[in-house]
Amino acid sequence: MSLLEIRGISKIYGNVNALRNVDMTVEQGEWLAVMGPSGSGKTTMMNIIGCMDKPSEGTVLLDGIDISTESARNLTSIRRDKIGLIFQQFHLINYLTALENVMVAQYYHSMPDEKEALQALDRVGLLARAKHLPSQLSGGEQQRVCIARALINYPMLVLADEPTGNLDEANEEIVLDIFRKLHEEGITIVVVTHDPEVAQEAQRTVILEHGRIARIVVNESGKGQEGE
Amino acid sequence: MTKRSMYFKMIASSLIRRRSRMFVALLAVAVGATILSGLVTIYYDIPRQMGQEFRSYGANFILVPASGEEALSETSAEAAVSLIPSDEVVGIAPYRYETVKINEQPFMAAGTELEEARKASPYWFVSGDWPETDGSVLIGQEVADTIRLLPGNTFTMTGTDGNGESFSREFRVSGVVQTGGTEEAFIFMSMADFVAAMGESGAYDVVECSISAPQTELEDIAASVTERVPDVAPRLVTRVTRSEGTVLTKLQALVFLVTAVVLLLTMICVATTMMAVVAERRKEIGLKKALGAPNRNIILEFMGEGLLLGCLGGVLGVILGFGFAQLIGVNVFSRSVHFQAALAPVTLIASVLITGLACMIPVRSATDVDPAIVLRGE
Ligand SMILES: Nc1ncnc2c1ncn2[C@@H]1O[C@H](COP(=O)(O)OP(=O)(O)O)[C@@H](O)[C@H]1O
Ligand SMILES: [Mg+2]
Repeated sequence: MSLLEIRGISKIYGNVNALRNVDMTVEQGEWLAVMGPSGSGKTTMMNIIGCMDKPSEGTVLLDGIDISTESARNLTSIRRDKIGLIFQQFHLINYLTALENVMVAQYYHSMPDEKEALQALDRVGLLARAKHLPSQLSGGEQQRVCIARALINYPMLVLADEPTGNLDEANEEIVLDIFRKLHEEGITIVVVTHDPEVAQEAQRTVILEHGRIARIVVNESGKGQEGE
Repeated sequence: MTKRSMYFKMIASSLIRRRSRMFVALLAVAVGATILSGLVTIYYDIPRQMGQEFRSYGANFILVPASGEEALSETSAEAAVSLIPSDEVVGIAPYRYETVKINEQPFMAAGTELEEARKASPYWFVSGDWPETDGSVLIGQEVADTIRLLPGNTFTMTGTDGNGESFSREFRVSGVVQTGGTEEAFIFMSMADFVAAMGESGAYDVVECSISAPQTELEDIAASVTERVPDVAPRLVTRVTRSEGTVLTKLQALVFLVTAVVLLLTMICVATTMMAVVAERRKEIGLKKALGAPNRNIILEFMGEGLLLGCLGGVLGVILGFGFAQLIGVNVFSRSVHFQAALAPVTLIASVLITGLACMIPVRSATDVDPAIVLRGE
């Protein structure tokens, strides 16, 4: 069974058709890139996959659960348990330290565990910055805190919406490196990007245009081999 | 770390690390709590003090001879006085009056228990001293003006005693009394001096009592005096006792009204501030929801912040409120207020409740935030 199965979803905002009849599957452990021009529906799709929005039509099966019909309350708990989110604008809570920001995710999930949170920060190379507030961190460091937070509850699916969009080359490389390690560990990754270099790292690239899948590219240079 | 300590860390950090923002909300709560605590202190303390003062504002219960009687016999007076609960007595002063002459001018001399008269008439303003030795008298301002006497001067008083024999005695003026009333035309001396000059009569003209009891109880005492001692007629000095009640009731009603309005304003102010706080933190709320925070947690966190704010504001209010009450007490009522320890928890609880109530609507709207805004980067 695929980890994610999208069947004929559409999303309509007023008179805007953000997604039109999209079909897509993501396998367990796959690294998928989503590309497309601005306004093509990438974020809309991520919101639906991430249980933050529901499609107007169609079904989405996440780990066997139909998330297109669940209540907002259940979606919250599914999101908490299965999804790790990484954003373009590094959304950290500005009055909490790096460490506390990671622990907030533990707090909502189960139990805050300082040792584990420190390990997660260590993994993204930020152990020394644990007690810093977001305002004391660089953009790349903030994004790495976000990644540590997204990973802290062992999500089965990591969703990243333009994670390197606001980063310089050096930080982009650091973030990609983390993604590579995650992929090696078998975590499923869906990453929205404008950057072909980032997309190349993935096994497949889905290209959206006007809310439709224009084409799917299988990357020979990608980390894995499986296609559709 | 437990969930609870993480929770407190989050709300405390939010208040401490965002202090410039939270300062406005804290200010609103603290000002409200200050005014609340100040007004409530005044509500309880000033009337209490004023009540004491009003009560001590001269005699409020007077015994005179019943119609048909010449004077109050000492025995009847004692019988009547014994009907007044002794713990409520401020002062009981019996008076005897006689006409006397000084420099051939007629004046009214009053004999009384000076200590009791002093207690029953605390508003008498005496320049000089109250008489302490035999032969010393207190003269009214009018008397002093007419015959030009000052404290320390001596004068001769002439008159006729109870047996119709004339007397002439030396007295020393120990003090001049101002009351703003008819007392200023009197010469007050101790009952012993009075008896020495005029002779024993075994009766009084009037007994003035100052009793610290409410109007209804005074009426009860009067009724029992009328019933048990028929030759004594009790009179309530209604002018003082009534006004005591009405002035205090009106004052308290006013303070109550102002307090209620202030509480309402505080609530509106805190609610508005919290609404702004929630609006400003939509992104943070969306983020927390995206991280999987259930609505319950979002509510708990904002409520926690609000209640902590209410607590801090309440503590500030208790301290500042006492200063505020003191300021009003001294400037408006010319007396200092006492710190009412029992009011501190009242202020604190009220401040927490008001803040909690004020936070309810904005916090509810916080749960409406859509987590999808986070990815959209609104
Ligand atoms: N909440 C919304 N209300 C109305 N229109 C929206 C909303 N969210 C997205 N859209 C529209 O849907 C389309 C797809 O948006 P989005 O998924 O954000 O595109 P992308 O992420 O690919 O840039 C756009 O035309 C956008 O204006
Ligand atoms: Mg987008």
